[in-house]
Amino acid sequence: MADAQGEGLAVDDVSVGYGPVRALRSVTLEVPPGAVVAVLGGNGAGKSTLLRAISRTLGFHGGAVTSGEVRFGGRRISGLAADRVVATGICQVPEGRRVFARMTVADNLRAGALGATGSRADKAAALRRVHELFPVLADRAHQRAGLLSGGEQQMLAVGRALMAAPRLLLLDEPSLGLAPLMAARIADTVREINARGDRQVSVLLVEQNAALALRLASHAYVLEVGEITLHGPADELAGSDEVRRRYLGVVDETAAADATAVAAHAPVLRKWGGDA
Amino acid sequence: MSDVSTFLELLLNGVSMGSVYALIALGFVVIFRATEVVNFAHASLLLAGGYVTASLHDDIGFWPALGVGIAAAAVVGAAVEFLVMRRYRGHDHSVLAIVTIGVDILLTTELTRRLGTDVLTLGDPWGDAVLTVGGVSIAHTRIAAFVAAALLITAFLLTFRYTSWGVAMRAAAESSETAALMGVRLGRVSLGAWAVAGGLAAVAALFLTVFPTPGLERATSLAALKAFPAAILGGLDSTTGALVGGLIVGVTESLATGYQSELAFMGRGLGDLAPYLVMTLILLLRPSGLFGTKELARV
Repeated sequence: MADAQGEGLAVDDVSVGYGPVRALRSVTLEVPPGAVVAVLGGNGAGKSTLLRAISRTLGFHGGAVTSGEVRFGGRRISGLAADRVVATGICQVPEGRRVFARMTVADNLRAGALGATGSRADKAAALRRVHELFPVLADRAHQRAGLLSGGEQQMLAVGRALMAAPRLLLLDEPSLGLAPLMAARIADTVREINARGDRQVSVLLVEQNAALALRLASHAYVLEVGEITLHGPADELAGSDEVRRRYLGVVDETAAADATAVAAHAPVLRKWGGDA
Repeated sequence: MSDVSTFLELLLNGVSMGSVYALIALGFVVIFRATEVVNFAHASLLLAGGYVTASLHDDIGFWPALGVGIAAAAVVGAAVEFLVMRRYRGHDHSVLAIVTIGVDILLTTELTRRLGTDVLTLGDPWGDAVLTVGGVSIAHTRIAAFVAAALLITAFLLTFRYTSWGVAMRAAAESSETAALMGVRLGRVSLGAWAVAGGLAAVAALFLTVFPTPGLERATSLAALKAFPAAILGGLDSTTGALVGGLIVGVTESLATGYQSELAFMGRGLGDLAPYLVMTLILLLRPSGLFGTKELARV
């Protein structure tokens, strides 16, 4: 059982560069055990870079952590290889799902379990849980993953990550490119994964869809051009003008009211309005 | 000898040689899939395995020597990966391919220096025995080659499909970054790929040098080069492609050599040329090979 503070994920003053290009500047954030934390930001804000810095895959993109460190469960992970990070209990669902398209659904899930440290029985239990969460993955077990719909692929990507029995799940834009209903389903699932009593899974959620992210998260950070510009409890952020204007697409109240008033008084073209 | 039995003989020999080429091509494809590197050092791995077997069989007997030869080629392959390729990880794949050419030159130079002008036998138990059924004769070595290749390829494909190693390998082939996110140890995957490719090449070395070929000599690595068109025409990233490509190359070569006199207007040496000709034709029609995946780009 997670007990002490500081057992979760701590990103401490991390800067990242891709060659001469600075992608993150002194980013500090925390994911306490069992929490759902969201990182909001637009395109190019450095959200994916942040996740790469945590899961140690910056090298694939020619980037590197230039200063600061990442700790998980009190242990420094910013010097480890990507596969060792998975072994500490962190698993990432990459942006754009990245299922192994030419492999079957079942093999994708097996691939997810490759990084798991548990026994054969643990893996079987993980598979049962994934099938419970996403029954469709059991039905489609022998289909090629590339043939699944976008929503199903996202379920597979999440299920695959869960096969490693992570204690922290990193989600990179899980709602990207999904129909609103499907995005809502994924959100429900994230809540369900997090709420499982037997094994607490904390979640670090990176999203452009701020409305969805703020509903899920207890705490949120706003990332802009590589820097954290705002952070706080999710409901507070959801109420702040800044976030509402920039990320929730809500103009401030008076302007909104004006807009409705104008619409109401707009002249209607009678001629084309039928028999009205 | 009737036309039909000549044709059958050529066909059977072709299939047998083709299965040996398939073994080499398979190793080639395995390395390409695991690391996206075109391994030009493959022929020298083969030569190394053959050389070890050839120099040991007198002392320890054929089967142990073959075992040691296979292990040695696997170790050489793994060593190339560990000592050379790994230092260049993250470099462009074309740079890595050129590095393998360098490795090939080094290994081949050393091995040909040791071989000199000798022709070494590998001490195989089949000798020059020939099996004749209904007017069709085929050397025991050719039958052994086909059986061994078929067994190894089947074992490989089953491993590839059902074991964790196979899953890791296929995952890494699709996306190394995503595989790393799943906890796959990419270093281990590519080390394994090089070792397996080396082992398969050593077995192929045996069957490239048995009867009716005189034995292991410098030119053996040239014979091994025929696996390149096999791998390429099948599609560099496809195991099925390697098998089919190997068979096509083997049969083409055998038929072109066998019917050389009828094709005299083409000049001599058509048998050596034919595989490349077929490869060119197939690539004109299917640029990514028979079973290769077309470059997938999704935005």
